[in-house]
Amino acid sequence: MSQAAAHHEHEHHDHHPSGITRWLTTTNHKDIGSMYLIFSLIMFFIGGAMAMVIRAELFQPGLQFVDPQFFNSMTTMHALVMIFGAVMPAWTGFANWMIPMMIGAPDMALPRLNNWSFWILPFAFTLLLSTVFMPGGGPAGGWTMYPPLVLQTGAAFPFLIFAVHFMGASSIAGAINIIATVFNMRAPGMTLMKLPLFVWTWIITAFLLIASIPVLAGAVTMLLTDKFFGTAFFSAAGGGDPVMFQHIFWFFGHPEVYILILPAFGIVSAIIPTFARKPLFGYSSMVYASAAIAFLSFIVWAHHMFTVGMPLAGELFFMYTTVLIAVPTGVKVFNWVATMWQSSMTFETPMLFAIAFVILFTIGGFSGLMLGVTPVDFQYHDTYFVVAHFHYVLVTGAVYALMAGTYFWLPKWTGHMYDEGLGKLHFWMSTISVNVLFFPQHFLGLAGMPRRIPDYSVQFADFNMISSLGGFVFGLSQLLFVVVIVKCVKGGAKATDQVWDGAHGLEWTLPSPPPYHSFNTPPAPETIEGGMR
Amino acid sequence: MMFSKHKNPWRLLATASALLGVPAAAMADWGLNLTRGVTPYSETVYDLHMLILGVCVVIGVVVFGLIFYSIFAFRKSNGAKPAQWHESTKVEVLWTLVPFLILIGMAVPATHALIMMENTGGSDMTIKVTGYQWKWHYQYVDEGINYFSTLANDSNVARQLDSGVDPKSVPNYLLEVDNHLVVPVGKKIRFLTTAGDVIHAWWVPALGWKRDAIPGYINESWAQIKEPGTYRGQCAELCGKDHGFMPIVVDALSEQDYAAWVAKMKSATQHAEASTAPVAAVAEK
Ligand SMILES: [Cu+2]
Repeated sequence: MSQAAAHHEHEHHDHHPSGITRWLTTTNHKDIGSMYLIFSLIMFFIGGAMAMVIRAELFQPGLQFVDPQFFNSMTTMHALVMIFGAVMPAWTGFANWMIPMMIGAPDMALPRLNNWSFWILPFAFTLLLSTVFMPGGGPAGGWTMYPPLVLQTGAAFPFLIFAVHFMGASSIAGAINIIATVFNMRAPGMTLMKLPLFVWTWIITAFLLIASIPVLAGAVTMLLTDKFFGTAFFSAAGGGDPVMFQHIFWFFGHPEVYILILPAFGIVSAIIPTFARKPLFGYSSMVYASAAIAFLSFIVWAHHMFTVGMPLAGELFFMYTTVLIAVPTGVKVFNWVATMWQSSMTFETPMLFAIAFVILFTIGGFSGLMLGVTPVDFQYHDTYFVVAHFHYVLVTGAVYALMAGTYFWLPKWTGHMYDEGLGKLHFWMSTISVNVLFFPQHFLGLAGMPRRIPDYSVQFADFNMISSLGGFVFGLSQLLFVVVIVKCVKGGAKATDQVWDGAHGLEWTLPSPPPYHSFNTPPAPETIEGGMR
Repeated sequence: MMFSKHKNPWRLLATASALLGVPAAAMADWGLNLTRGVTPYSETVYDLHMLILGVCVVIGVVVFGLIFYSIFAFRKSNGAKPAQWHESTKVEVLWTLVPFLILIGMAVPATHALIMMENTGGSDMTIKVTGYQWKWHYQYVDEGINYFSTLANDSNVARQLDSGVDPKSVPNYLLEVDNHLVVPVGKKIRFLTTAGDVIHAWWVPALGWKRDAIPGYINESWAQIKEPGTYRGQCAELCGKDHGFMPIVVDALSEQDYAAWVAKMKSATQHAEASTAPVAAVAEK
């Protein structure tokens, strides 16, 4: 007993279990953040491998590699893995690493919950990925899980549902933790309107998660009881309604879209001012625009399902609210452009990814606006135009912001500078190939190619071949990303505390790498003021 | 005239692509843009599509232009000194209001188009379309004609895994069916869509819309085809394994040809009924 008491002083700083036990039992925000990020990177490559299967099959007309059922399970799993396994955990990883450091806290508010919310994920995805080897194959009804089709899933069905439950539980726990941390752990003087935008966008994201994930959990639970317990929530023959599932699903699904992109807005709002050496234009309007987008995200859901045949008044309502989102989104883009105006820019890899984000995400925004206009959506819906749209906002949007953020904070995390030459090579290879990959898909969609088909009429052959070639190069380019990260973790030029000469914010006042517990004593109010830009 | 005016930007794009090494001849049959279609609604939709695309392109050129100008003009290596301004209520109000007004400008024609789409009244005939895994069933409600329509056999052979058949050698690969849907031009046709198993979506781009076929629901839509011709489409809602293999082919005939087709179908149906009745009776014994 006395020995334990004697150790107590030390324990806080340098005594923690080593080896696997350290990672299994850790309650440290940086360790958990790293695990989230590594997990997400692995999922990014698993989901990416599935995308390679898809693009290989679509390389030319006819079926060359996989049968249609397996192809459908690839599109379904690719989406589930990328959304729930790659992008969402990556954002939680960034939040874990950065939020305590940004608000002047020692750690997250609920460290044990934090450990648990991470360790649910490997189990969830083991369940999900194992379904590919089950009788009947993996889920193949699309990540949207529309009944009645999803009820035709084989042995994989209950595993799919429970995997979704687990992912949801993990997300909700993570969101609760972030809200608790930001509301309770801010250093004195760190008022809400002084928070970095990444923290702001994450709080809004966390509220979206808490409001929307339980809706998804309810929807998939109803699928489960429809399949196994004789209910008929979504079966017309039993007095239920298959369209009701789509309403419930998209009531979750549209906020989910902003869960994936809002933290990206926060990261880009940190990076552009840093490398422009100029304060972010319109900080408060950025906060209000994020809140407006979050609010609107709850009243636009049916634009994902205009073709189900809603009453005219419903179609008009959802069209008007949808196109209205262009206003706050536009404000954000204009603010970033205004930040660059009359600035003094340099173009390190994080800045390159951030500028590419602004341009390419805006292209995805334009196609989103077009899709929001109901009468034309009757043509665009469920075509490759939609595929092009959501890959522009998710790959060159969310994923680009994740890469920008990784390059931006990697020196802070590891204490080493990454290889700038390789980083730039990664950027240019990715940016050229990602446009070769997704831009032609706009044309395919407009020319009439439906999404989620394993084979197509020969008139679509040329653009599919171009798109596939872009896809293979984009996939290979991501290996460079891993090389840069591994190299940087292993060594490299010593990073200064501030790392970037234009960087402002509390995380840059800590050493690189930061101490195990970020701020054991709250930073001085002057430091907080100095970090405000 | 109108047509060539609309096509110009695409020709420009084709030229640009040719410079990038893509043969311009191939470009011609690649299909880059939405079809104008052959119904009043499809043309309205096409014009609306071009309008919004145009608005997006103009905004994109301005915004991206400003970004690229900044990249070249405000770089540290050129000795640019950063300004420190970071707020302007006037500018913020301006770039909130202007997009809002542009949206209203787009919403007005969009609302008109939608009202036009949803007006299924005053139709001359009704066809009930039912989706099944993986075929379509057509029922001419007033004529008593009904039949299934499935993927043409040569496409079906070629699309098997490692079939060894080059899809390019199959006419209308994956866009051909055994029994076409036959309709008259100039008549307002009301389509009732539903499904027998899972959700499908009936889509012929030339008609200007798609509609989900949902078990337990009957969705209404309409088309009035202007020109005789053959128009092809596909199922547009994931419906299982062979979702990619249940195409749609519509033959739009002149009124006389259509009347002749109806007469032929009716006599064939009567003939078939007459000949199957005894067979059924035998089978029951
Ligand atoms: Cu179908």
